[in-house]
Amino acid sequence: MNLNLRPGRWLIILPPLIFLLAFFLIPFAFAFKISFAQAIPHVPPFSEVLYFTPQHRLRLDVHLDNYRYLLTDEVYGLAYLYSLRTAFFSTVICLLVGYPMAYAIARAPKSAQNLLLLVIMLPFWTSFLLRVYALEGIIRDNGFLNTVLMHLGLLHEPLHIMHTGVAVYIGIIYSYLPFMVLPLFATLEKLDPTLLEAAADLGSTPSRAFLDVTLPLSIPGVIAGAMLVFIPAVGEFVIPSLLGGPNNLMIGRVLWDEFFGNHDWPVAAAVAIAFLLLLAGPIAIYQYYNVKQIES
Amino acid sequence: MERRSSAFLQTVLYTGIALLYLPILTLIAYSFNSSPLVNVWGSFSTVWYTQLLHNRQLLESALLSLEVAVAASTGAVVLGTLASIALVRFARFPGRLLLTGMVNAPLVMPEIITGITQLLLFVSMVQVIGWPHRGFTTIVISHVTFCTAYVTVTVQSRLAAADRSLEEAAMDLGASPARAFWDVTLPIIMPAIVSSWLLSFTLSLDDLVISSFVAGPGASTLPMIIYSKVKLGVSPEVNALASLIVCAVGACVLVAGYLMVRGDRRRALETQLAARHA
Repeated sequence: MNLNLRPGRWLIILPPLIFLLAFFLIPFAFAFKISFAQAIPHVPPFSEVLYFTPQHRLRLDVHLDNYRYLLTDEVYGLAYLYSLRTAFFSTVICLLVGYPMAYAIARAPKSAQNLLLLVIMLPFWTSFLLRVYALEGIIRDNGFLNTVLMHLGLLHEPLHIMHTGVAVYIGIIYSYLPFMVLPLFATLEKLDPTLLEAAADLGSTPSRAFLDVTLPLSIPGVIAGAMLVFIPAVGEFVIPSLLGGPNNLMIGRVLWDEFFGNHDWPVAAAVAIAFLLLLAGPIAIYQYYNVKQIES
Repeated sequence: MERRSSAFLQTVLYTGIALLYLPILTLIAYSFNSSPLVNVWGSFSTVWYTQLLHNRQLLESALLSLEVAVAASTGAVVLGTLASIALVRFARFPGRLLLTGMVNAPLVMPEIITGITQLLLFVSMVQVIGWPHRGFTTIVISHVTFCTAYVTVTVQSRLAAADRSLEEAAMDLGASPARAFWDVTLPIIMPAIVSSWLLSFTLSLDDLVISSFVAGPGASTLPMIIYSKVKLGVSPEVNALASLIVCAVGACVLVAGYLMVRGDRRRALETQLAARHA
């Protein structure tokens, strides 16, 4: 521990530390506690887990039913698997599309780079909900895409994309692509071009040099981008809810319905905790690479 | 790296960008469609925009969203700037790793988890200390949490790039560390602070999921109203509203981006001048 820390420094450290501790980290403890409660018709709608009896004794009243329910009702298992699968394939497609985009920006003249980055970032900062809604206008049965394709005579019947798994994929890729491009660009930009020249001098073809030099050196960017897409995509709610159909049950939607539809807060808390455990690995990888990048 | 890129890379880049913008552009185009049928083009009209002005519910929720966004982004800028100073300037302190984790985790944490955990905290707090009741206060606290993460990351990188020798020179000339920071470094990171305020503002204005959990039955922000309308399908009125919001938010982001780029350029220029004089 650093004992040289001047007392004034605590005035800088403590406000954000205490605020985030109180309103970001500690809430998980409360969700954990309430995931062991019972749903009761009361305000708030859950039983006490830890409380003082009228005899002033501390009592712990733990119910494991919520977790048992998650394990026995197959809706939850299927929703978890479906979310993981959708997020995984969306991440792979984002990577395949995002890598050439990031590479093209990294190779663009410096003067054009800032503009291109701004153009990529602008949609990301601009209303997520409304962009998903705008996408509906493109892919719905009588939307822009089908109108154009049928007008050109390429189709005789509209493509049914809305309310299918395909629509969910399109929505996630469209919404999260900028998250993939940015970290990839950040690592590709730092790449030393003399390394590629050296590879060429030693007789590598450009594609060989890409596989042997560029790709391995860009792995930190690939991992950062993949985590930035994968983790939020697993928990996506707006996209499956607006673009998906009744079969596209992702875990975010199940949690939302449990909370707002069934008003079962303890089960919703248990879904969230189980979900968090599932994400602990990817979040740890993301944090590890983040700390490593800041330190380098 | 600056090299000419291949036709393939260029094609992917520009097709990607075009596809990112296509939905928004068609949405704006259709908001000027006079026909109430969303798939039939009538004629050019601004009827849906005038109709918005008479929708009381929308106007009230827009006002609440604006108030929340101003309060949340201001709070986030203060906390985020402090956190970035702590992380960049203080190499070691107890809780450093914890703070690093807590400013980065909200960036990837699915909103639905943040939303439900924060709601459960607020409800439990009300049971024990009778505060905070769900509504404006709880929405602001939640928004400050995730906005602080974005502010910290933005200001942190700018602060790390700032030249410390200028501040040291000020201290050699007799300024206290706090004074030197205030007079020398703060102006350097100001563009990052202002632009992260604008970005926080847009993030707060857009948030649907977290707000839905913590708002409680009494309060509805603009995205909550829009979501309930959008659930019912595409409508010309929502097209008009969405176009307005997208343009306003887009303008905020462009200003933020411009400030960052201009700050970069000016700093590069000053460094060049200083080097020439040295």
